[in-house]
Amino acid sequence: MSGARARLAHVAKCYGAVVALDDVTLAIAPGERLALIGHNGAGKTTLIRLILGLATPDAGKIEVLGGPPGAAAGRRALAYLPENVAFHGLLTGREQLALYAALRREPARVVAGLIERVGLADAMDRRIATYSKGMRQRLGLAQLLLGRPRLVLLDEPTSGLDPLSRETFYDLVSELARAGAGVLMSSHALTEIEARTDRIAILANGRVVADGRLPALRAEARLPIRLRVEARADCAGTLADQLGGARVNGCSVEIMCAPEAKLSLLGAITALGPAVRDIEIVLPSLEDVFRHYSGGNPRGDTP
Amino acid sequence: MIARLAAIAGAELRIAARNRWIILAALVMVAFSLILTLAGSAPTGTLGVDRLTLAVSSLATLSVYLVPLIALALSYEAFAGERERGTMPLLLTYPVSRFEIIAGKFVAQFLTLAAAVAAGYGLTALALWLSGDTSPAGFGHLGRLTFGALALGATFIAIGFAISVAARAPAIAAGIAVAVWLVAVVLLDIALLGALVADNGGVFTKTVFPLVMVVSPTDAFRLLTLAPLDPEIVEAGIGGASRGLAPSPDAALVSLLAWPVAALALAGLLFRRAEP
Repeated sequence: MSGARARLAHVAKCYGAVVALDDVTLAIAPGERLALIGHNGAGKTTLIRLILGLATPDAGKIEVLGGPPGAAAGRRALAYLPENVAFHGLLTGREQLALYAALRREPARVVAGLIERVGLADAMDRRIATYSKGMRQRLGLAQLLLGRPRLVLLDEPTSGLDPLSRETFYDLVSELARAGAGVLMSSHALTEIEARTDRIAILANGRVVADGRLPALRAEARLPIRLRVEARADCAGTLADQLGGARVNGCSVEIMCAPEAKLSLLGAITALGPAVRDIEIVLPSLEDVFRHYSGGNPRGDTP
Repeated sequence: MIARLAAIAGAELRIAARNRWIILAALVMVAFSLILTLAGSAPTGTLGVDRLTLAVSSLATLSVYLVPLIALALSYEAFAGERERGTMPLLLTYPVSRFEIIAGKFVAQFLTLAAAVAAGYGLTALALWLSGDTSPAGFGHLGRLTFGALALGATFIAIGFAISVAARAPAIAAGIAVAVWLVAVVLLDIALLGALVADNGGVFTKTVFPLVMVVSPTDAFRLLTLAPLDPEIVEAGIGGASRGLAPSPDAALVSLLAWPVAALALAGLLFRRAEP
């Protein structure tokens, strides 16, 4: 495998007095699906625009596919989907994609197949003005598949897509990654990307505050694990006293514990024998991890 | 480079051909051309010129308003619209240069405008040729008129591009385009006529006025197309008033050749510097 598909080193970008990005260092490896998450205005779109060469950094170095951002050679192997893209309403879906195919020097015969893949076969000869937001987004996805992109940049790609289209979308992304593309996607849909990306970078106020796989981020954040113990009838009170948790209702007790205390606590619970009906272990979600790193309070109380 | 330029132009041609405002403007062009020609048959005998020459005079007066209007209506949306839809950043990440984008759009819109002009003038010339009331001199005037209209159209397409690149949104670009049309096509002439009357043959009439007649693209167009015609068939107005005051039509020719190049260079420069 060659080196990183894109590499940012100590990159900074200001718009007037607003610091959009500050000392950002990040790399996207071949075949990797990297999720970029952050609040609105955290710098996600700016970061993507810098990699595309649509804006220039004030400081730091960016390398894209072995060259500077926006270089002609790099653009041939790069695919991009802007946020809320809307195409010209007077063209048909097929004509719009045929234009993109011609610019990529792909044969015109691939167009119909790609449109079918994103589920627009019936609409491809209708004017885009008649498309719904989701259909336009799917047309945007189809143009990602032209050629063999080695770097794919997606800005809020699933906004406006219905659940079924989202499944198709993540399948396409995985396929691109399997073919060796490095995929960077910015997203707000935290529950979706939790299981469908390989690595997560969290941006807060223009800085990368976390970068790694979800289990590693979870461990590093030392977020409490939530144990919900279901008691047999009338035992909830005793259970709460013995384990030190809080009663949720008549028959359940909820206990927050540090990751390393999990096993000993589980031992204590099983020792209670017949008083316990069931145990549920809830690991901190990506949303909890995100809140922790981006400065918000994690859900629940920290012990 | 040609393949990508042609791809951009092809998509742009489809858009223009489906734009109902452009279709309407082209129909207006054709309809007015024919009406002016057919209705203008009465004075032919008394003036002793062929009807084609007479038609050129009417068409020039019409085109000076209509051609810039069609050109701006075509072009104002070309860049501002793409930026609003989010397709401009996408297009710029494709392996296509900014020169190819602006050149492709220009070629397509120029061809669209040329088709409207050719339809209007062509049908007029055909009708008169069939009626047998044309002369070689008349076709010479028609040739100059056609060249002038295409140069005027190219100029205002390029000006529309510059507006479209600089404006934040298509609605703003449309507003600026209307303002430019009003000033360049209507208000400038009213102001010039007013100044001529007030000046009454003074310094303004001798120095500033001839310069404006050449530098302003619409007045250069009038100078090129109307000045060689018989004074009696040119209606009153700036075209008639300029007689004897303005420089030769050759200067107007240079101006009409320089304008599209300069305006397109400006649009290209703005586009190259724009952050999408």
